Amino acid sequence: MFLGLARRALAGAAVVVGVVTLTFFLLRFAPGEPVAHLLGPAATPDQVAAQRQVLGLDRPLAAQFGAWLSRFARGDWGRSIATGRPVRTLLADAVPATLELAGLSLVLSYALGVLVGALQASAGPRTDTALSVVSVTLFALPGYWLGLALIMVFSHWARALPAFGAAGLDADLLSGGARLIDRLRHLALPLATLTLIGIGGTARFVRGAMREIRHAPFVRTAAAKGLSPTRIARRHVARNALTPVLTLLGLSLPALFSGTVFVEVVFAWPGIGRRLVEAVQARDYPVVMAATVVSAVLVVLGNLAADALVTWVDPRLRPGHVAGGAGG
Amino acid sequence: MNRLLRDRRALFGATVLALVTVAAVAAPLVSSGQPSAQPQVVALRFVPPLARDPAGRLHVLGTDRFGRDVWTRLVYGARISLTVGALAVLLSLVLGVAVGGAAGFWPGPVQLLLLGLTDFALALPRVVLLLLVAALWQPSAALVIVVLGLTGWMAVARLVYGEVRSLAARPFVASAVALGLPRLRVLVHHILPNALTPVIVAAALGLGNAIMLEAGLSFLGLGVQPPTPSWGSMIASGRDTLVNAPWVAAAPGLVLVLVVVACTLLGDAIQEALEPGGGALQGARWALGVLAPPPLPPPARGAGA
Repeated sequence: MFLGLARRALAGAAVVVGVVTLTFFLLRFAPGEPVAHLLGPAATPDQVAAQRQVLGLDRPLAAQFGAWLSRFARGDWGRSIATGRPVRTLLADAVPATLELAGLSLVLSYALGVLVGALQASAGPRTDTALSVVSVTLFALPGYWLGLALIMVFSHWARALPAFGAAGLDADLLSGGARLIDRLRHLALPLATLTLIGIGGTARFVRGAMREIRHAPFVRTAAAKGLSPTRIARRHVARNALTPVLTLLGLSLPALFSGTVFVEVVFAWPGIGRRLVEAVQARDYPVVMAATVVSAVLVVLGNLAADALVTWVDPRLRPGHVAGGAGG
Repeated sequence: MNRLLRDRRALFGATVLALVTVAAVAAPLVSSGQPSAQPQVVALRFVPPLARDPAGRLHVLGTDRFGRDVWTRLVYGARISLTVGALAVLLSLVLGVAVGGAAGFWPGPVQLLLLGLTDFALALPRVVLLLLVAALWQPSAALVIVVLGLTGWMAVARLVYGEVRSLAARPFVASAVALGLPRLRVLVHHILPNALTPVIVAAALGLGNAIMLEAGLSFLGLGVQPPTPSWGSMIASGRDTLVNAPWVAAAPGLVLVLVVVACTLLGDAIQEALEPGGGALQGARWALGVLAPPPLPPPARGAGA
């Protein structure tokens, strides 16, 4: 088991290194020039050259990459070209906000999605079809559009919830309890947006997994033994459906992160996705690099956690089984 | 095929896609024909749906803040969405079939390298990569097609890989090899044609996904550039006028959802027609675009993993 996990950790590290290299070279080969953004259109060629030297952009690519790597590994992530703030503080503020939003949404959409999917698998054809239509539709909703619809309903018409940001202007003056409520009110709409879409995907998958297992020979055997339907559903179907569902958990992390990016932009949620979009638009190299690496690391760590969970839940996967290592 | 024709999901999906395609092709005939014209901004802006402007012209879906007819922009936007989506899917299918086919048929270093590459690409958050590239180069429809194609081939590759692996063990392949045919010829003429059927499913699901991502990029201003109408940029411009004119953002969003649902249902239906019973899980997997059949060696080992 540990060997398997170590192997995956190694693969995960390879993914991170790959992402870093890819990002670095994409950034350097792209047209746009951060110095032009920084100095504005009035800059003279001399000023541009001087600024390039200050930022180290005039050195050979390999040297820039090496220098960047060693500084990054030492924890010196440089300063944002656009704002001058240290990249690390920029991202240190953003990562918890993203983890809060994405993590809560993951938990909620799995809990509710498994519930809906399981209900579908055991319900009659009518309920099943109705719920299938709902889950396919939810799954097809673009996060930014659903977000706008929720803002329209809950912020504009009902005036019940704030439409953007993570805290009210007066948050710093509030007492502990009131501040928590303020935070939750700000979290409500982005969380609902991400969760609704997540429920769609999870329910579809769980329904499929449960259906497939219900037709498996061992379930027929269990029924032939005369076991009660509830017992079969709990001990035979649900348990075996758990493995594919947990595998999905790891595999859906990149998609979850992608969804978070759009939702953060729409709701001005101060997370890493919004930072990334802003940095990309300003060609803020250091922030883009760091944000990309941090998101890749988050996804890889999530995958590892999901892998460990699957191995723990399904004993069949323990003895050095390496077949479907899609999580990488 | 009969099974497919009787499936209501297939019927719905095909009808929606056909209607949108017809509207897109016949855009000049079914609309005002001028998606970007702004003749009289002040007089024409924010005409609500189903209302007439001062000149007496009916605007089925209203107008936006520049007085442009939303319905006209919607059908012209369909041209962009469908073209970008279809070409991106085509590119990813070609790449996926090439990578999956090669990995399945040449065991050893090629296989390891290609599978490693696939797993690597699968582990990347696709949107991060899209954002990066779309923002670094000058945004355009062509760029979006290339980037979507380059980031969407992995599911197809795994799918084709699985198929090729199991087909390679079949007697007809062995006899083709025994006849002395070159390996590339065996792969292209004998194996790939038989491995392509499930790729159709991936194409249907991939189309929905690509259309959604194109809209997302355009929403962020990193895709097709205004004034060219695109569903995503229409939603973005409707965002600013959400309170005064909610129809500007509502219409393209609804059509987007409808098209993506149509692709998903069509994909599901084809999947079930190809593999009657027990295919629901696979269908859902492909829909999520994250996983294709586990790479198992030929029969014997069953469908456990």
